[in-house]
Amino acid sequence: MPKPLRQFISGEKAIVTAVTADGEVGRRLRDMGLSPGTEIKILGRAPLKDPVSIRLRNYTLTLRNSEADFIMVEKVGK
Amino acid sequence: MANAVKWTIKENPTATIALAGNPNSGKTTLFNAITGSRQHVGNYPGITVERKEGTINLKDVKVKLIDLPGTYSLSAYSDEELVARNFLVNEKPDIVVDIVDATMLERHLYLAIQFFEIGIPVVLALNMMDDAKKQGLIIDTEKLSKLLNCPVVETVARSGRGKGHLIRTAVQHARDHGKTWKPLEISYGAEIDLVLDNMTEIIEERQFMTDRYPARWIALKYLENDSEIIRYGKLNGEVAEQLEAIAQKTKEHCLKTLKVLPEAIISDYRYGLINSILKQDIVIQEKSRQKRIDVTTKLDTFLVNRYIGPILMIAILYGMFQITFTAGEIPMGWLESLFGWISATATALITEGLLQSLVVSGIIDGVGGVMGFVPLIAIMFLMISFLEDSGYMARVAYMLDRVLRIFGLHGYSAMPFIISGGIAGGCAVPGVMATRTLRSPKEKLATLLTAPFMPCGAKLPVFMLLVAAFFTEYKAQMMFSITLFAWIMALLVAKFVRSTVIKGESTPFIMELPPYRLPTVRGVFIHTWERTWQYIKKAGTVILAVSILLWAAMTFPSLPTQQINQYELERQAVLGSTQAMTEQQQALLEINNREGQAALRYSLAGKIGTSLEPLSQLAGFDWRTNIALVGGFAAKEVIVSTFGTAYSLGDVDPEAAGTLSTRIAVDPSWNKFTALAMIVFVLLYAPCVVTVVAIAKESSWGWATFATLFNTTLGFGMAVIIYQIGTKLFM
Repeated sequence: MPKPLRQFISGEKAIVTAVTADGEVGRRLRDMGLSPGTEIKILGRAPLKDPVSIRLRNYTLTLRNSEADFIMVEKVGK
Repeated sequence: MANAVKWTIKENPTATIALAGNPNSGKTTLFNAITGSRQHVGNYPGITVERKEGTINLKDVKVKLIDLPGTYSLSAYSDEELVARNFLVNEKPDIVVDIVDATMLERHLYLAIQFFEIGIPVVLALNMMDDAKKQGLIIDTEKLSKLLNCPVVETVARSGRGKGHLIRTAVQHARDHGKTWKPLEISYGAEIDLVLDNMTEIIEERQFMTDRYPARWIALKYLENDSEIIRYGKLNGEVAEQLEAIAQKTKEHCLKTLKVLPEAIISDYRYGLINSILKQDIVIQEKSRQKRIDVTTKLDTFLVNRYIGPILMIAILYGMFQITFTAGEIPMGWLESLFGWISATATALITEGLLQSLVVSGIIDGVGGVMGFVPLIAIMFLMISFLEDSGYMARVAYMLDRVLRIFGLHGYSAMPFIISGGIAGGCAVPGVMATRTLRSPKEKLATLLTAPFMPCGAKLPVFMLLVAAFFTEYKAQMMFSITLFAWIMALLVAKFVRSTVIKGESTPFIMELPPYRLPTVRGVFIHTWERTWQYIKKAGTVILAVSILLWAAMTFPSLPTQQINQYELERQAVLGSTQAMTEQQQALLEINNREGQAALRYSLAGKIGTSLEPLSQLAGFDWRTNIALVGGFAAKEVIVSTFGTAYSLGDVDPEAAGTLSTRIAVDPSWNKFTALAMIVFVLLYAPCVVTVVAIAKESSWGWATFATLFNTTLGFGMAVIIYQIGTKLFM
């Protein structure tokens, strides 16, 4: 069952199932490589638990929790 | 093929090559490596996106190289993307060299695909090949070239490896293809393809914008809901409505049947295409893998750690300013002596009188005072360039975003604040220029308006003077409190303007954390030099003009002859007396001082200062303080030196404010609260002229005027409150 990225914690791995944002945010997220099927790993969060940093396509991306809400992911592995 | 360049077409001996690529792909490093110092930096008209050009001369051809802004995509999401796209369409370069990071092919090819879609001839530069090797990535360049149907050249921008081959390949490819664009027709799935065919037919039939763009590409942009193309299309006839209607219908259909937007489908197919290419054994991962990435992730476990990260950040930034001031002292001393020597020489060469006074007190002292800060500024820029190029700056934005967002700012606001003097000792001019990284005009504006509150290097001497005079026992605490107060005021005012005059949603924060890289010496120096030169140029011209004006205002009208004669008589009396040499000197100095002060009061500046006194007295400022503060509007450096003149101590070196501070400490018109009011006023009031010009350039003259008036009112209001409450309650 896919859940928003916000609910994941450091170290977890997941696969993107959908990016539900439209307009600018959606376009930007897709430009940065968040498309369905992409594997991501949550690296950690900033001092106030926001933004979140994730690893995908061999690079590190940071985004706010409010943007992470648009990214539906499914947990993989342990 | 690499050596076979023979460019014989006479009518076009120049080839234009546009360098494109994602941010952090090493594009600028490669540009610097190719062009060396033969480059020119400017702005694209109307917006503050930098435009860099360079030229190189090959055997038979002169190559013009344009460094396009770094972009992730060719949508109309940001100014940079728009600039890149419009450049391709309007100026039709012969070829685009797309620089991709070989270690992140998957993401970087997304931009390349979009160049293929628009059809411009492309040469792919596989950059960071050294890193790819370190990570154990083996890339089949030849196969990639075949599958993408464009030349692929391996490069290492840092060392310049492959740059000659790259340029020759690009020139050759440009010659082979001329100016013909061959858009790549990608399949975006049966449904989208069908709509695209339909739209393309309409566009071709009606010749709708086909003079500018390829037909299928226009159709694609309509489906992608590209605001720029839609806006531009509206100006080109009623076909636009028809296309918009089709796009709308497709959108509804996609949402109903697939629950996704057409633009998402299109993007998915682009990634699909990339994956299908890369899957054909283009990249092979060797066993011993990811050395450099390991370094980055390892470093990041500390540097962006939730608990240690912020502490390390403060330590790094503090260290940066510490180094700036320690290392800057030495060349500042040299410059001081240099200007001292020039000043002495001028005094000796020009006979005493108005001309000497203008040249020495007006021009040399005024400009020299500002130029003295150049080493400090240059070293600080060097540090900042280093932090930027190393990848650490992005981490600072990441860590501070949540805090800054509370006040209606953005993670990217952190740097402008820090550069402006967030840890005491920056400069608001580069700080204001650094707001360019802020994409949202509202957050940028809020940052622009509040960054000048920071205690810049020019305000520091004023604070040091007043703290030394009234708060000697709390020096360190006072300086720290001033910085803290500046931050609080900046954040509160940002919050205030963001909830009143520039209200609006916060913009997304979606940012790459690039791998840590040791910056190249050349890159850091070019970067530093560009910024320092801008400072010298602006400060030099504005300060020169203002120095002359200030000098004139403080000199004219001169005292009536009768009074001058009076002082002369007094001097003669002293010289004629039987006092000892030292005592005579003392007495002469005292007379000179009195005369200087009388002359100042009689001058235009003195009259302005006196006329402002009724108002400024509310904050405890007398006429002499007023002159200094008015002069400080030109440059904050002027405050202490004008102060010195006004307190008849003659030339006061801003660094050695000692004697002046003792003088002020015993002056009956001064007390602790006057000093506090003055500190707060100097911190907050109108940014200096150079900063105001920079603000106008980054936003508009309206906002620059607003900053001047608003900040002055705020500063004065705070100063009055402090002075009134302080003197009423505690004295």
